[in-house]
Amino acid sequence: MILLLTRILSKVALALMVGLLAGCQGGVLDPKGQVGIEEKQLIIVATLLMLLVVIPVIFMTLYFAWKYREGRDEIYEPKWSHSTKIETIVWAIPVVIIIILGVITWKSTHALDPYKPLKSDKDHINVQVVSMNWKWLFIYPDLGIATVNELRFPANVPVAFQISSEGTMNSFFIPQLGSQIYSMAGMVTKLHLIANEPGTFDGISSNYSGAGFSGMKFKAIATPTEADFDAWVEGVKAGTHDVINNGVLDQASYEKLAEHELDAHHVEPTPVQYYNSIASSIFMDNVMKFMKDHGKVELLKGTAFDSKMIHGSSNHGEMNHGEMNHGEMNHGEMNHNESHHSSHDMHTEAEK
Amino acid sequence: MSALLGKLSWDALPYDPIVIGTLCVVAVAGCVLAFLLIKHKLLGVLWNDWLTSVDHKKLGIMYIVLAFVMLIRGFADAIMMRLQLALATNGDPGYLPPSHYDQIFTAHGVIMIIFMAMPFMIGLMNIVVPLQIGARDVAFPFLNNLSFWLAVSGAVLVNISLGLGEFAKTGWVAYPPLAGLEYSPGVGVDYYIWALQISGIGTTLTAVNFLATVFKMRTPGMKLMDMPIFTWTCTWANILIAASFPILTAVLAMLTLDRYLDFHFFTNDGGGNSMMYINLFWAWGHPEVYILVLPAFGIFSEIVSTFTGKRLFGYKSMVWATASISILGFIVWLHHFFTMGSSANVNAFFGVMTMIIAVPTGVKLFNWLFTMYRGRLRVTVPVLWTLGFMVTFSIGGMTGVLLAVPGADYVLHNSLFLIAHFHNTIIGGAVFGYLAGFAFWFPKAMGFHLNVKLGKAAFWCWLVGFFLAFMPLYVLGFLGMTRRLNHTDNPDWNIWLYIALVGAFVILAGIICQFLQLFVSFRDRNKNLDTTGDPWNGHTLEWSTASPPQYYNFAELPVVSDIDAFTDMKEKGTAYVRKESYAPIHMPKNTKSGVVIGALITAFGFAMIWHIWWLAIVGLAGAIVTFIARAYTSDVDYYVQPDEIAQIENEHLDNVAKG
Repeated sequence: MILLLTRILSKVALALMVGLLAGCQGGVLDPKGQVGIEEKQLIIVATLLMLLVVIPVIFMTLYFAWKYREGRDEIYEPKWSHSTKIETIVWAIPVVIIIILGVITWKSTHALDPYKPLKSDKDHINVQVVSMNWKWLFIYPDLGIATVNELRFPANVPVAFQISSEGTMNSFFIPQLGSQIYSMAGMVTKLHLIANEPGTFDGISSNYSGAGFSGMKFKAIATPTEADFDAWVEGVKAGTHDVINNGVLDQASYEKLAEHELDAHHVEPTPVQYYNSIASSIFMDNVMKFMKDHGKVELLKGTAFDSKMIHGSSNHGEMNHGEMNHGEMNHGEMNHNESHHSSHDMHTEAEK
Repeated sequence: MSALLGKLSWDALPYDPIVIGTLCVVAVAGCVLAFLLIKHKLLGVLWNDWLTSVDHKKLGIMYIVLAFVMLIRGFADAIMMRLQLALATNGDPGYLPPSHYDQIFTAHGVIMIIFMAMPFMIGLMNIVVPLQIGARDVAFPFLNNLSFWLAVSGAVLVNISLGLGEFAKTGWVAYPPLAGLEYSPGVGVDYYIWALQISGIGTTLTAVNFLATVFKMRTPGMKLMDMPIFTWTCTWANILIAASFPILTAVLAMLTLDRYLDFHFFTNDGGGNSMMYINLFWAWGHPEVYILVLPAFGIFSEIVSTFTGKRLFGYKSMVWATASISILGFIVWLHHFFTMGSSANVNAFFGVMTMIIAVPTGVKLFNWLFTMYRGRLRVTVPVLWTLGFMVTFSIGGMTGVLLAVPGADYVLHNSLFLIAHFHNTIIGGAVFGYLAGFAFWFPKAMGFHLNVKLGKAAFWCWLVGFFLAFMPLYVLGFLGMTRRLNHTDNPDWNIWLYIALVGAFVILAGIICQFLQLFVSFRDRNKNLDTTGDPWNGHTLEWSTASPPQYYNFAELPVVSDIDAFTDMKEKGTAYVRKESYAPIHMPKNTKSGVVIGALITAFGFAMIWHIWWLAIVGLAGAIVTFIARAYTSDVDYYVQPDEIAQIENEHLDNVAKG
């Protein structure tokens, strides 16, 4: 029995190792960006550290079960149930491992904070991401273009994402580049990623959001040079790419894009589309529209709350959006022109 | 919408051939069961001795029957999902469209956690805990019966959703805004809400009941630190239930207000915030996993110490380890959403807190090891489950700690790695524990042994099937496959999806062995009777009773002075002593009230789901009136007379003497 168990275990271990090797193509163990590379190293270090305890425990389980099974002439001490020495050791071993792992966790969590801008001698590219049922809208606020289900940026240039949702919660995730972050309506989250080499990577939603969720995929394309990227941007603006060109992304075309059927039997993935110009505040307008509805709550009409709410929501700049959402200051995105500075300040404060 | 039937119309009937087929099978099985009951004139027995019973042992058995019935349903969902994912590769849509598939994965999660694992755990607790502490029943026997019927009520609602309307298409966590009215206008989420709400209240009542029992009804001489370890782990689980289930009740009530009365707790607009739901949900949801697994830890402790013929190593360590797991379990909920975008300090805090739980858990593993050390291990079916658990759970614990590192979670969150992890701990931890406990206490509860060969076959199928079904999911997680996908389009993933399907079928073989085992053991029961009541040379008081135990449990309350109370009695020669005379025993009477309230509450839940307001009022008012009527009934108890006790006790002692 024990032999069989060991045999099965070794087979499983083998299968796992083969699996990890196969993982060398795509996926989170085949990272192509700095964030993902550091996260892979973290996974490996943490796993090895834990195996220091787990392997002996598994071995001792099988060995003790075999050695002290009935019918063998081993020492039998039915009343032995306490040993201060052993108890101290069995509490101490996991405590030591967890202290080491805890320190690694504390440091790596700060180092890999998705909100922290990546160090680079190049200026980052700003991309605003909106999840919709069931597609991804990418807005390049500084370049005046937008795309659907295709994200393009140059390799070796950090990308700063501001992420929100048009309805349901999703998670913005490019496995080969590293961290993911939720997209939530009426809120803005942040993520910083970089591609260390050119390539085309799978992008997904990693949080189930309804019938068309499985088709909610995009390609993240890191171009070899910045010049390639610039040429692509010019092409989008000029409408010379062989891709559906929707013209300007304003409130009307945004709402048209957001239309969907709730309970479609089969949902086809949305094809790649480009917008050759954008209304500059389209992203924040659609984040803040959920806040404006405060004034529309019927019960509050005509009460003291009513005027206060309407006043508050009509003035984005003064409203502390962050507090309304999570009580996490650096979450809030009061005004996207200032956001970079304000969140950066929060972080340096936290790090002190 | 009509006043008489609310939203209910012909459209609610199923059109899917799979669903219609299932319903036909269920209908036929129901008819066969009804026919057999009538043919063998068992309806009266079923009603008088079981459904209306307040006996904790019978309620425990009924909980486990409920768990097995729901296991079939939940596992059918699992096989369908694995089959879909093995077929729907390379862009093939498979055989389940999202509208059906999304209900299946939601139902699978809800059923397996709320209606399989919870009833199984509560069933074992019902059978064993009062016996272990030398009590004659729980503190509130009628409430115990009512809790059971509320659990059944929830299960019935989930099953009705198969035939009328739909179940939620949100995942078992039902996060808004997806679960809000805007994105889930159908009745699916309402079925989810009312099924969980009703059974959740039953669970809370159970916890209150067992806490009162354990704190007030321990037999003379049993201090808290003398309680058997299974009772201790159940007690901590009950403390967790009492503290966390009200959060579930409140969060579901808020979601109900959002969906029924246009409130804005969790909506995108109107000042709502869905992250509030997600925080509250996991403030219940994380303690919930410890509610499931702590009693399993207790079962393993009992089994290791019984079958090594040794005292449990480090009893005090075990109790305090359980306590620290319970308390820490309340301050780790945020690790379910590190990717929400909270600051590094917040994430790091919750990550480190989560890891600290690995310390007491590791201590438990070491203590089981040192209980085996210098013991005489009899490798029985319960021991096989225990060894299987110790190996499997070590892996699941390790991947859990890995997920607790926020930097790792940023890429593993919501991936199949997570799915593999929690099945690794819930199957490899909780379910293996319950099945171990099932094999261990079955002779006690039923009076005959389970077939050993089929028990071993079931174990090996489960173990091998588990590794085949879930190790590939770890790999798929690393390959970047996220959860709840309906179809895939990545050739590298296919092989792992196929292996996982094979694993699911091997587990199916295990489940079939389990049911065959029940059938064969029942058929051959007269050859395998447990006449002594102590088939394993047990340590604790439940083994001092007959199998099945006398309905009053103990003719005379035992006086104990040791953790291993029954071993102590056997050694001192005070076990099995014939008494000259017995005092009358005060016992509770059976009652119809629990069944009636359960039925009325089911009607209420159903009416709320379909907006049939008159029926909702009738159901709720009826349930409350029945409860008040029961509260004012004085005819609730009776005394067992000494001659009857003497007769039962002498018969038992004669059987023991014959051995």
